[in-house]
Amino acid sequence: MFDRYMIVGEEFKNVKDGGKVTGFQVGIRLPYYRGVVLSLIGDMVISVDGEKIPTDKMKVTIGGKTLPLSQLEHEPVAKWEFGNTGILTVDKPGGLKAGEHVVEYKQHMKISYVPSGFWGQDKKTLQITD
Amino acid sequence: MSAKHNIKRGVSLYSFQEEYFLRKMSLEDIIATTEKLDIPGIEIIPDQMIVGYPNIPDDFVKKWHGWMEKYGRTPVCIDMFLDWNKYKGRVMSDDERIESIKRDIVNANKLGCTVIRVIHDVEPDILEKLEPTARKYNVKLALEIHAPSYFDSELEQRLVKMFKKVQSPYLCFTLDLGVFVKKLPRVSAERFVRDGMKKSIATYLMEAYDSGTLPSSHQLGKPNEALMAKVREMGGTEDDVYMALMGTHMICADPKMMLEYMPFTSHIHGKFYEMLPDYTEYSIPYDQIIPVLIEGGYNGYIDSEYEGNRWIQDAFPVDSTEQIRRHQVMLKRLLGEE
Repeated sequence: MFDRYMIVGEEFKNVKDGGKVTGFQVGIRLPYYRGVVLSLIGDMVISVDGEKIPTDKMKVTIGGKTLPLSQLEHEPVAKWEFGNTGILTVDKPGGLKAGEHVVEYKQHMKISYVPSGFWGQDKKTLQITD
Repeated sequence: MSAKHNIKRGVSLYSFQEEYFLRKMSLEDIIATTEKLDIPGIEIIPDQMIVGYPNIPDDFVKKWHGWMEKYGRTPVCIDMFLDWNKYKGRVMSDDERIESIKRDIVNANKLGCTVIRVIHDVEPDILEKLEPTARKYNVKLALEIHAPSYFDSELEQRLVKMFKKVQSPYLCFTLDLGVFVKKLPRVSAERFVRDGMKKSIATYLMEAYDSGTLPSSHQLGKPNEALMAKVREMGGTEDDVYMALMGTHMICADPKMMLEYMPFTSHIHGKFYEMLPDYTEYSIPYDQIIPVLIEGGYNGYIDSEYEGNRWIQDAFPVDSTEQIRRHQVMLKRLLGEE
């Protein structure tokens, strides 16, 4: 429904902690037409330059809350509002090399009235500038 | 045309989802636009445009009524969802479902709405138990009939049985006019081709759907194996099969059947995918539907519900306002307003 808007390139950059590059981040939006509680967010599959990021290396920040992906299914109250951009942070010491990267994002939505839910996907070529 | 009727026009703000999602229009911008387009009634999906729903802050309620007054609009309907799978490892109990919908009823009343579009997977006995609350807050619970279901489908028939038993104006249907898709939306077939579907398959889907020869398994909730086989036989990939299934999950029901169920129909979604410059809808023959509503004495709202953005947004700018404007011009003509 909103597949082409799922990856928010403006938020794509390496992240630093205490002067050291600890990983990178990318902005993401859900492919659904309403806001949902976090427990309805299914599998998130992210890859950069064809390499899939292990789930336990990612966390997501939405509405002021930062959670490991494994925590999402335990959150039946906190919401991800429609159209809001979340920040997905990937733990990767050294981050990504400056230059072009192909980012792919697939998102499963566990929507009760759609048998087995549905997937959205986006793919964008983005730049790391630092 | 000046047949007497008491049908009212409205719009579901769902129709503006593209602009709202992209933050090109705020909720107030959208409501202001409905005034410019001369659309009296407002329907909203709270989960879409009310931050924090189902907890509606008091200052939002105040703002909402302020906008209704400022722009001279009438709140009509909220669309609810029942996320019965939101708790890990279990589904909601009946009592939890009832509590969830009770909250929607109170919220609808706070927003001045008199109808709730009930999502189509709520059981009749749950709705029946909610009747006293619906009555207390003067909010109709109108379960949505959405393609590929119609009045004669299994759940709908069980609902009709309950409606006849309970005899309450607060338990009824919303009908989505997407049940009358006579021609497959070309915006969807064109999108499939842009997404890599073989052109011959897309053309086949349109021709077969429009001529009523598309293979169908006619079983709700079951994959259409016959169509899957046909697409594979034509050299389609698994992506093509998926698109073909999603894109043809439509029906072309008989509008005349609405007459029998008109007493149970309180709300209508005026679904559309592509309004043409001549103020007709490419897929849905409104000129064969509105006269039946008039004939049957339908007296609720028809709310424009634009759902074309998702098919064109990859390649074209979306102008929801213009699409809604055209839809309303068509409704006015068919309702004899101009």
